[in-house]
Amino acid sequence: MSAPPHPDYEVVIGLEVHAQLRTRSKLFSPAPVTYGLPPNHAVHPICLALPGVLPVLNGGAVELAIRVALASHCEIQSRSVFARKNYFYPDLPKGYQISQYEEPIATGGWLDVRVDGNGARRRVRLTRIHMEEDAGKSIHDAAIAGGATHVDLNRAGVPLLEIVSEPDLRSPVEAAAYLRALRSLLRYVDASDADLERGNFRCDANISLRRHGESRLGTRTELKNLNSFRFVEAALEAEIRRQARILDDGGRVVQATLHFDPQSGRTRVLRLKENADDYRYFPDPDLVPLVLSDAQIERVRSTLPELADARCERFVLEHGLAEEDARLLCESRALADFYEAARTRHGDADVAKWIRRDVLHALAEHGLEIEASRLAPEALADLVDAVRSGRVTAQSARALVPELVLSGGDPLRLVRERGLEAVSDTSALEAAVDAVLREHASHVERLRAGEVKVRNFLIGQVMKRTGGKADPAALRRVLAQRLGEGAS
Amino acid sequence: MAAPLGTLRECREALAAGATSSSALVEQSLARAEACAHLRAFVRLRADAARAEARESDRRRARGEVRSPLDGIPIAVKDILVRAGEETTCASKILEGFVSPYTSTVMERLEAAGAISIGATNMDEFAMGSSTEHSVYGPSRNPWDLARTPGGSSGGSAAAVAAGIVPAAIGTDTGGSIRQPASFCGVVGLKPTYGRVSRYGLVAFASSLDQIGCFARSAEDVAVVQDVIAGHDPRDSTSIPEPAPRCSNALDGDVAGLVIGLPREYYEPAGIEPGVLAAVREATAALERAGAKLREVSLPHSEHAVATYYLIATAEASSNLARYDGVRYGHRAQGAHSLSEMYRKTRSEGFGPEVKRRIVLGTYVLSAGYYDAYYRKAQQVRTLIRRDFEAAFRGCDLIATPTMPETAFRIGERTEDPLRMYLSDVYTVSANLAGLPGVSLPCGFASGLPVGLQLLASPLDEARLLRAADAYQRLAAHHLARPPERG
Repeated sequence: MSAPPHPDYEVVIGLEVHAQLRTRSKLFSPAPVTYGLPPNHAVHPICLALPGVLPVLNGGAVELAIRVALASHCEIQSRSVFARKNYFYPDLPKGYQISQYEEPIATGGWLDVRVDGNGARRRVRLTRIHMEEDAGKSIHDAAIAGGATHVDLNRAGVPLLEIVSEPDLRSPVEAAAYLRALRSLLRYVDASDADLERGNFRCDANISLRRHGESRLGTRTELKNLNSFRFVEAALEAEIRRQARILDDGGRVVQATLHFDPQSGRTRVLRLKENADDYRYFPDPDLVPLVLSDAQIERVRSTLPELADARCERFVLEHGLAEEDARLLCESRALADFYEAARTRHGDADVAKWIRRDVLHALAEHGLEIEASRLAPEALADLVDAVRSGRVTAQSARALVPELVLSGGDPLRLVRERGLEAVSDTSALEAAVDAVLREHASHVERLRAGEVKVRNFLIGQVMKRTGGKADPAALRRVLAQRLGEGAS
Repeated sequence: MAAPLGTLRECREALAAGATSSSALVEQSLARAEACAHLRAFVRLRADAARAEARESDRRRARGEVRSPLDGIPIAVKDILVRAGEETTCASKILEGFVSPYTSTVMERLEAAGAISIGATNMDEFAMGSSTEHSVYGPSRNPWDLARTPGGSSGGSAAAVAAGIVPAAIGTDTGGSIRQPASFCGVVGLKPTYGRVSRYGLVAFASSLDQIGCFARSAEDVAVVQDVIAGHDPRDSTSIPEPAPRCSNALDGDVAGLVIGLPREYYEPAGIEPGVLAAVREATAALERAGAKLREVSLPHSEHAVATYYLIATAEASSNLARYDGVRYGHRAQGAHSLSEMYRKTRSEGFGPEVKRRIVLGTYVLSAGYYDAYYRKAQQVRTLIRRDFEAAFRGCDLIATPTMPETAFRIGERTEDPLRMYLSDVYTVSANLAGLPGVSLPCGFASGLPVGLQLLASPLDEARLLRAADAYQRLAAHHLARPPERG
């Protein structure tokens, strides 16, 4: 466990995440779900709320919701109900949002979260998962809208999954770790791109403080729209400071909704609970209850991939990977798939090492993820093969990885074309060694005088001379011979 | 003055025999509409479009292609079903100038069947009302007595059929808005089972109660239109998946052995005009003489139906009408300085008093702290009312009641007393709450004004309902009576 975030108070955090489901069309309309189209170009009479239109539930969105619910160990309800949440706003075309209220699609469930690198787990319980539609976007930008407000309804009706956690999180670090785990899960089951930058993974946080040992929860506040993992931590830390100051002064925290200003690093009250809207929820009479049979749920279950925890365990037990490597590879399904495809011809731990040390490093240099890699897993296997057989040195091979990751290509051909084959031909090596011994006669003296680390200097010089292509084992053998040490 | 059109059957037969053409029928219909302009049955005529469609229909018929029994027949459609490129306003200022880019399912089906709409009929604003007085276009009049309302909210459609402008018209029924004006105007009006006719493109009033149906002079004609508009629609989630039976094939005139239930709660003489009660009694007696059995049944929760209906209908309406906010289409108030002022002014200017009354009531019903006492309780009572009917239908095939406890009232008589207007819905709202099909049939007159007999059936049982209605019309010819010609 990390250090407690506050010496006097225990911090209690619950998170509500809105994840955009990866469907082709909207939750209740055939309009496409796209990103980057001109305003009001991904719309249909249904999402414009024209008179007379009716919603029809997108079965694909339901299936994705089931996938997430199954992967997070929730109980899927055989009957759930869509309700109307009524309020007036220009980007809400119907004057109500269709959401699930009293009867959500899934309840209960949990997610295991790892806070530290050492793999210590915390189980975070989920309260519920429900489906709802997104609102549109109001554009106040003076450059676009002049003095007026314009409304873009491309996003109106896009399917969202709201995942509500129990107040089980105890620090901002844990909250961020939970969000990473949830994002990974959503992507694992292909339910959401969970791309924070595009706003399809958004988080609200409920937070309260209480004295250590106190069992009653303190008064909570809600932080809205925390749009990056960094903001989540910063905002929660700021709010902990704010609440602690109030409590230290003997004050009382007032239930309110707050906004985090990343510039000032402070939270600011948006509205107090007393002024909360009355949303006049009631079941949407245009929709029938969503009824799911066990058979339907099982059919979806049968299409789920092996999930991260199970896969990680398998990598450790069956492939003999280090827990840390296995964990890292399983953080993303694409990465674990890449590893499994590359390891088919190879020692597992070796491939894991190459992925972790070289492939991920090269990707990280460019802020990319494994999906963006042009290096095919089979090509990585070829490269590792070549190193093992001594055809190319590890040093030469590693130098090729960044290029392969960015541009792809056949690593064996690159080795050939660039003349990177390892030099194990004894006469070439002998010539290089002799030249180095001649040039560095004083070092040879020192080595003979018992200064053993000078040997590595000499090996390095030979490597340099051969452009890193010298087969290390052959090099050591020749050097020993030339120094008159006999076979070593 | 242009003569009234015949019944739908007469029009069909004349077309089939080559005795007339669709163009001739449409011309007659338009001329008749012109001659009956004082009824204010229409808010908009589509004369040119209708003429063009009639020529198309005539050309089809000349080639031997007839799409359906409605091909070439002029009809009228309530101003609440959208059609691409045409205005739909629901008789409300807030939708003034609204032109839909898409077409409702029912309009598509009518079009595909070759039916020709000559125009949009008048109605109470957003179908809220029982008199067609709450219209931005002004009140419609009852062809039987111009000082009286044709009922509502589908009063324009009922009046258009009664006056012989069209042989059939489309209406909608949320709490009686087809059956009540059918009763007041002396025509047949069918409200199908909830979900039988797609609501896609029907501007919503109360989603769980709204249903589209039709008016005609006879049950047989109603069956023909129903067969065209009914059936599953994937664009309406509440649409019934089962295929709709062909009602026109079920009309064999046989009522022998049919058990007709008479709910004792509906025949309390205190609440019914004596002339209405007498006409309804005579109608059920006629059915009995033809071989039907009459049996008293009980619907014990009937007294709560009107209250339940107004809680649910207004709650749903308050949410359904939130979209008329001046942001995207329709009326927007000028001169507002803030968003909330724009909303307030737009909706204050755009909605009439009855619509505002219901939005306020429905908003209250759904408010935190009142939801359980009103909306949730109303849903529970709705279930009890539905169970009442299930129990009653275990002892009978159909239920017969007066459609209304009275005949058409005078224009202006009720506008200051909305509660009295609501209470007269006592016999009609239960069918909407329970989702049942119901039909109103002319069954005689009281003080010279038409009286309606209401028959109700179990859900999905439109065929049995119309078979009994048609059988009754073979026994009694009240439906053939015509209102007096003016002047």
